[in-house]
Amino acid sequence: MQDLMFYLFAALTLICGMLVVANPFSRNPVTSAMFLVLTIASMAGLFVLLHAFFLAAVQVLVYAGAVIVLFLFVIMLLNVKEEERRKIKKVGLVTGIIAVIAISSIFLKVFTLSNSSLSAQLPAPTLEGGTAPLGKILFTAYLLPFEMLSVLLLVAMVGVILLSKRNLK
Amino acid sequence: MDWINHLTASQQFLVFSIVKIVCVFGVILPTFAYTVMAERRISAWIQDRIGPNRVGPFGILQPMADGVKALLKEDFMPAHVRKIYFCLAPALTVIPALLTVAVIPFGSTLGNASNKMVIADLNVGILYTFGIVSLGVYGIVLAGYAANSKYPFFGGIRASAQMISYEIAMGMSVIPVFMLVGNLNLSSVISYQTDGLLSWLIFKQPIAFIIFMISAFAETNRMPFDLPESEQELVGGYNVEYSSMKFAMFFMGEYFNLIASSAMMVTLFLGGWTLPFFGLDQPATSIGVGLLHIGIFFGKMLGLIILTIWVRWMFPRFRYDQLMDLGWRRFVPLALANIVITATILWLRS
Repeated sequence: MQDLMFYLFAALTLICGMLVVANPFSRNPVTSAMFLVLTIASMAGLFVLLHAFFLAAVQVLVYAGAVIVLFLFVIMLLNVKEEERRKIKKVGLVTGIIAVIAISSIFLKVFTLSNSSLSAQLPAPTLEGGTAPLGKILFTAYLLPFEMLSVLLLVAMVGVILLSKRNLK
Repeated sequence: MDWINHLTASQQFLVFSIVKIVCVFGVILPTFAYTVMAERRISAWIQDRIGPNRVGPFGILQPMADGVKALLKEDFMPAHVRKIYFCLAPALTVIPALLTVAVIPFGSTLGNASNKMVIADLNVGILYTFGIVSLGVYGIVLAGYAANSKYPFFGGIRASAQMISYEIAMGMSVIPVFMLVGNLNLSSVISYQTDGLLSWLIFKQPIAFIIFMISAFAETNRMPFDLPESEQELVGGYNVEYSSMKFAMFFMGEYFNLIASSAMMVTLFLGGWTLPFFGLDQPATSIGVGLLHIGIFFGKMLGLIILTIWVRWMFPRFRYDQLMDLGWRRFVPLALANIVITATILWLRS
């Protein structure tokens, strides 16, 4: 059952992810954004299968619920007609395919090298996916990176406000 | 009922879950129908009118007449709409509203102690709810986009800005609640509130309750904040181009949201299925008490629904800049201050 669910969600993630960037039926940016929502939702499903409930919920809450709504907001306010007419460029297609082949061959190499010893070497998971253990580890072992990330986010926020305000006195 | 005992634990779980889902759905649909009815009667009462009283005794069959009307009307689709999104949007409004109900504990136990009256007792309960609630905006935004005309588009844009803004205030307002409880699970929120009437979180966190309730009005696009559909400027906002059952589904989505947010407020602030006397705050040991707990929950929920309806007909609509000002410059700082104060008090006590 778990395996079946994994393959289902993995296939959904990949198919929807592909439809975000290379949808053969529609070049509409809103459609791409909606497929991105589906991709993120299926990734949340994968997180649930890994018992990372907090991550799954936050994934849906932040990305599907806020970030892509903002994407939609921007897409709707811009004129999207031009984008719909644009054809897939040949150069982009060729370079994209080469990149995909390169990355997948790297992955294939890694898997064939380590497949026999993969399950033996994996350490037992030290962290359950709930909120309390995650919070504990964030505020003990990873306190410094956590605080640095918060400062980074704050800087980004201040920067956005600075950029969007036209006339600073 | 002997065959239930022969099933394995996981099969029993499956059977009970399906039964609970069907029952909850079976309760929510009539609740929706009669909330609309109550809204119409209460509004008539407030405005000194009579209201719908023709269908059946006291008009109690009015919801059925409305439903049949919505189903039988011609489903008209204007030529200029984007067809796929036009059909998708009403469904996307209703589904998230129904999904939120899954984590709400609507009763203690029924039968044996392991049979908890909640469809999914998640350990990240509240985060799940916020995740699903945040998906609710897609229905409205896509409806505005699909209609491909000016007023619905304005409605959709307004809705997305409003819902994102108030989600932040709403999310921040409940953080102190979970700091006190120490757990994100909604069942533990209720068991925290079983220590007498003053342990209800509405008395421990009144500011959080007020912010949460007003943000919930904004999230569900209820009256003081129903700018996405403000009739005078936008004719009806995102649902202008819709007719018959598709329009009714937006209506359904709005009322399901109202029911879900009331249930959420009962769980978070009003003690859920508990009452602080006659020992009603402990999980039920008999089926009768279990049913009584469900009744208590339902009664509290109905009280909040009626309060929301009352508010709708009592206050005029906010202007859009006032709405944004209230959300960002009043509620967000207030909620942040509430978090800091609660944290300080907890720290001093420990």
